[in-house]
Amino acid sequence: MITAKGLRRTFRSRKKTVEAVRGVDLSVADGEIVGFLGPNGAGKTTTLRMLTTLLRPTAGAATVAGHDLLGDPAGVRRRIGYVAQAGGTDSGAKVEEELIQQGRLYRLPAAEAARRAAVLRDQLDLGGLEDRLVKTLSGGQRRRLDIAMGLVHEPPLVFLDEPTTGLDPQSRANMWEHIARVRDELNTTVFLTTHYLEEADALCDRILVIDAGEIVAEGTPDELKRRVSGDIITIEVGGDTEEARRILANGAGRAIGLRDVDAHDQTLRLTVTDGDRALLAIMRELDGANVELASIQLHRPTLDDVFLTVTGRSLRDEQGGA
Amino acid sequence: MQALTDTWLIFKGQMVKSLRNPAWVIIGLMQPILYFALFGPLLQNVVKMPGFAPGTTWQQFFVPALLVQLGLFGAAFVGFGIVAEWREGVIERMRVTPASRLSLLLGRVLRDVVTLVVQSLVLLVVGVVFGLRAPVAGVALAFAFVVLLAVAMASFSYALGLVLKSEDSLAPFLNSIMLPVLLLSGILLPMTIAPGWLNDLSKINPFRYVVDGMREAFLGHYGTTSVWTGLGVAIAVAVACVAWGTRVFRHENA
Repeated sequence: MITAKGLRRTFRSRKKTVEAVRGVDLSVADGEIVGFLGPNGAGKTTTLRMLTTLLRPTAGAATVAGHDLLGDPAGVRRRIGYVAQAGGTDSGAKVEEELIQQGRLYRLPAAEAARRAAVLRDQLDLGGLEDRLVKTLSGGQRRRLDIAMGLVHEPPLVFLDEPTTGLDPQSRANMWEHIARVRDELNTTVFLTTHYLEEADALCDRILVIDAGEIVAEGTPDELKRRVSGDIITIEVGGDTEEARRILANGAGRAIGLRDVDAHDQTLRLTVTDGDRALLAIMRELDGANVELASIQLHRPTLDDVFLTVTGRSLRDEQGGA
Repeated sequence: MQALTDTWLIFKGQMVKSLRNPAWVIIGLMQPILYFALFGPLLQNVVKMPGFAPGTTWQQFFVPALLVQLGLFGAAFVGFGIVAEWREGVIERMRVTPASRLSLLLGRVLRDVVTLVVQSLVLLVVGVVFGLRAPVAGVALAFAFVVLLAVAMASFSYALGLVLKSEDSLAPFLNSIMLPVLLLSGILLPMTIAPGWLNDLSKINPFRYVVDGMREAFLGHYGTTSVWTGLGVAIAVAVACVAWGTRVFRHENA
């Protein structure tokens, strides 16, 4: 559905050249939901704007939905849907007017545009809102309308830029369901950007991690998580922490698959190869040595840990600073 | 053909939105009517001065000027609307559709033209009530001028709005352009009574020719050089502004 080679975009401002995207190669198969994950300013939106014909790449080439990006941008436009981060609906217009106008701009005949508007209102829980002005919609409703606008012409490929930013957790989960359903029912390929790890994890078949204008990792959520070495087990020791540490670090270490252990007050933090097996072994060993345990917790790596591993920085820090 | 459909679709959407808030259309009309009613009568004796076409009534002098003013100022500030649309992402959303770029501009411009023609008709009726007498053909010709002016100014304003992308820079920019254009166009008093240097200076202002041409038309002089020059200049300015506007819609960035 998408193949891109060496996409690059530089911006010039006040004599300074900023390389927003420095050579991105990517490919997306039909019917995939691909997440483009990265902190703010990593080049996600710039890449998306290039792939949707809004921005001409400084270098590189791509085929999007069967049309050459540079040679036939009009062909690309007909076959894709695009939902920008800021949405794109006119607050002074009515829901129905926007949907029908959008359909008509995508060359649907009037009757077909009206039919599609009705179908999408159903699919995206916008029933009964057709005569409402866009500015009176709630955040979640408006975002669902944005998505509907990107789907009026039943494109085989839809780009969603930060589809759930600014939504409350409930609306976000609800939006994930809608997006997954669009793919499941129509086999629509979805390419979305996000800086929410939960989102990439819950929704995407495959993830591309972008940082500073380059793709730094790629794979399914599980593959990426596996790249982070091991699971983490946190133990709160009721008895002697130092003794527990010694037991686990010495003889028992091999059985547990221990890679690293860290003691802090009454807490031990162990990095292990396989958390499930290690959990049992740890309990058995400590019990055998009569070391009292207050609690034990298994923590599997999240995409946040993946991000930390591949970029050396935490995605959450970035969000906090942005 | 497709471009016509696209233009119509954009026009319809914009018009529906405008009609939802007709207050702006009425406010836009108040200014020329106030000028006409409260400033126009001051010209009653001024039009007898040398430099005015002999036999001109103040209404014949002032109504065409106000039509130009309406065309210029009524359309000059439409760019504010497009900054708001740009901020909401409407422009970008439409740029990803296959819609013709020319239509994205012209659909909006057409809405402004229709609004201005309606406002001009109201102004004309007020003028007639206040004693304006002008030949029908001349008035029709004047409306052609108004349409061309509106197309030019609206396209210019949209293009500028999309380039600057901020109301805060658009307002001073437009004001600094519009004031000299207004003063040097001879809208308030004809440039023929100006001292030589001012008259010469006004000749670089394309709208001066438009004002002159419209005044001739209102007097029933059709074949004159002023009318043709005015029409030619108006067409050239309109074409240039539409070309620029379309270009901006095609390449708008960020």
